[in-house]
Amino acid sequence: MESKFMKGCEAIAEAAIRSGCRFFAGYPITPQNEIPEYLSRALPKVGGVFVQGESEVASINMVYGAGGAGTMAMTSSSSPGVSLKLEGVSNLAAARIPAVMVNVMRAGPGMGTIQPAQSDYYLMSKAPGHGGFRTITLAPATLQEAVDLTYEAFELAFRDRMPVIVAPDGFIAAIMEPVDLPDYRDPPETPAWAVAGCEGRDHINVLLNGGLNEEDQLAKNRIAEELYEKWDREDVRVETYKVEDAEYVFAAFGLAARICKSCVDELREEGIKAGLIRPITISPFPYAAFAALEDNVVKYVIDVEMSIPAQMVNDVRLGMKDRFPVAQVNTAGGLILDSEDVIAKVHELVKGV
Amino acid sequence: MELVYKKPEAINANPFPYCPGCMHGTVTKLIAEVIDEFGLREKTIVVLPVGCGTLGVLLWNMDNICSAHGRAPAVATGIKRTHPEKFVFTYQGDGDLGAIGFSEIMYAANRGEKISVIFVNNSIYGMTGGQMAPTTLVGQRATTCQDGRDPEREGYPLKIAELIAQLTTPVYVARFAVNTPQNVRAAKEGIKKAFQNQMDGLGFSLVEILSNCPTNWGVSPMATLDFIKDQTMKEFPLGVFRDKTEEAADEK
Amino acid sequence: MKSSLLVAGFGGQGVMTLGKLVGECAYEQGLKVTFLPSYGPEQRGGTANCTVILSDEPIGSPSTNRLDVLCAMNQPSLEKFAPNVKPGGVLLLNSSIVDPGTVTRDDVKVAAVDAEGIAYEIGERRTANVVILATYMTIADIMPIEEVRKIAMAKLAKKPELVALNEKAFDRGVAITKEIIASWA
Repeated sequence: MESKFMKGCEAIAEAAIRSGCRFFAGYPITPQNEIPEYLSRALPKVGGVFVQGESEVASINMVYGAGGAGTMAMTSSSSPGVSLKLEGVSNLAAARIPAVMVNVMRAGPGMGTIQPAQSDYYLMSKAPGHGGFRTITLAPATLQEAVDLTYEAFELAFRDRMPVIVAPDGFIAAIMEPVDLPDYRDPPETPAWAVAGCEGRDHINVLLNGGLNEEDQLAKNRIAEELYEKWDREDVRVETYKVEDAEYVFAAFGLAARICKSCVDELREEGIKAGLIRPITISPFPYAAFAALEDNVVKYVIDVEMSIPAQMVNDVRLGMKDRFPVAQVNTAGGLILDSEDVIAKVHELVKGV
Repeated sequence: MELVYKKPEAINANPFPYCPGCMHGTVTKLIAEVIDEFGLREKTIVVLPVGCGTLGVLLWNMDNICSAHGRAPAVATGIKRTHPEKFVFTYQGDGDLGAIGFSEIMYAANRGEKISVIFVNNSIYGMTGGQMAPTTLVGQRATTCQDGRDPEREGYPLKIAELIAQLTTPVYVARFAVNTPQNVRAAKEGIKKAFQNQMDGLGFSLVEILSNCPTNWGVSPMATLDFIKDQTMKEFPLGVFRDKTEEAADEK
Repeated sequence: MKSSLLVAGFGGQGVMTLGKLVGECAYEQGLKVTFLPSYGPEQRGGTANCTVILSDEPIGSPSTNRLDVLCAMNQPSLEKFAPNVKPGGVLLLNSSIVDPGTVTRDDVKVAAVDAEGIAYEIGERRTANVVILATYMTIADIMPIEEVRKIAMAKLAKKPELVALNEKAFDRGVAITKEIIASWA
């Protein structure tokens, strides 16, 4: 294990290489340019390939090709660029091709600003493309977690033959923090399903991004549905922090959750019983963690997001089955959440109860 | 009994899925013959487009992958760059390559991806039902220009081979037709040349092949032969627009 | 123990480099640290600032509006960020170009350091940020100053011709800051 004081984007890029990623294609967009810049230097050194695509669309389709040929492949972008990549993500999911997409989220909608936000919650957790499919979407709260989740994203992608999304908000990508880097591992052998020439096989491989006919498409959708349900059972990740006796429970992910965590400690020092539920997978969403909140204990759930309108709040309501009143603290435009606003909101609720 | 003719191994025994009289069959067979002759089948990955060419999934007896509309050159880039020892070609139509995928083809050509592109140009959108294509001739009718293509409104047909030949990087760019036996033989030689270039690691080659669409042109297959000769080839002259094979071989 | 610092100035003043150096010293010492840069969309000539948080415990927010120390490298930075310093906090002013007379808050301490003047005296303009580093780390008092010196000098050793000058700048910075701290008492 190697420890370094690293920039967010560079640490994410390094984690990808250490995980076995050997192909990257991407198009410049702030605030994630250090990912392609780093990989343009680092990938050739390990025998990998870096291509600067002529567009986001081309880049994700290069990843589709490289992934289809069995290589651990990745692309990265930021919100407006991710909109353009979604065609490719849908096709990856349809053809069951593994790939990792990093979306360093910035403020929106439209061009928005280049500053950090959590504006793509719906897009990243519900339907990152047309046609009806899901992805595992990982939302790190620290740089260490961004490194660990990026490393693991390639395993998940290859395990399921599906695109996996890592969705840090722009703060995680901009920040410098000490990180422990996981060990280098060899890229996988070309998998049996890959389209890399049929030599040595008694059959050809076909990667089809659709159905041969209605029945074939239906069958594919059923198989995918089973996979998604398996994720719901087995791949949900959530951190709960001091929720057992909490009367005021924060719901937040990514950097917002990290801020809330220190607010929990601060509030508890004042004698206010606060807690935090932090989805690590925003898809599959940890509904059960919210369902487990106890009727006679919890007074308020406070949804904290760097998005206006709040987006995750709907999943939170669904999870806790609308049993508790919901308060919100949110920001947008690239302005960081102020922990004082979070604390003030709880004080206000405590007074009102 | 002496075997005098057999189906190429690069295609399977499925019935042809294309409309009667469609030249996709001819082009597919030419490619398959060249693949067989060069012994490439087991190392080939076919990158399919969206359009009639997608039906190739039912025909090719080689690893193949379907792209999103127009993106085949980007997909091929990802495959060839990670498997430079394999043989990768795209098979694309005029809507796929000339309209929605124009950016992808220009940049793959300009980067000099070591792939081969077979561009089948029949001047119309076949699969979607006869809409105007970037290569629809002036005055030619389509369901989205029912009084014929009007340059005032839709501009002139896009000459893909000539446009790509303007780039510095590509090694071989040529246009053929498959409306006569002589033209068919010439087209096969062009495909051979493009494939040989890739086998030699020389760079990007594109072979444009003028084709027909009896169904959406609304004429008999026989009549399409004259149409290609009298109309299509006037707008899209046959010829080699770029051949720096020897120069590229010398540089290597 | 925790210290939060915002370094702000013109692009090109070495604001990010200074912040990173603070972070690297703390990292090498085994402290928890976050460095959060903030840029405008322009590549050159704009304003730049970064927040550095040092702590011996895991850090929540990498940003704060209740700074322990604001290091204002230019006048606009003082005006913009002075309200974000918590009562009892410190305004560390690069008094070569920031006028301490313009400070309007009376609930904070002021450390006015003519970093560029000192650097000129030493004979190398590029050592100004080393003076500021020494000043901040002395005020923050979160790790032994001799450790800071050792780590920082090792980081700056890439320019061997500057080593002796950097050491001199660092020591001057520490000495001046001790006097300033004494004057607060």
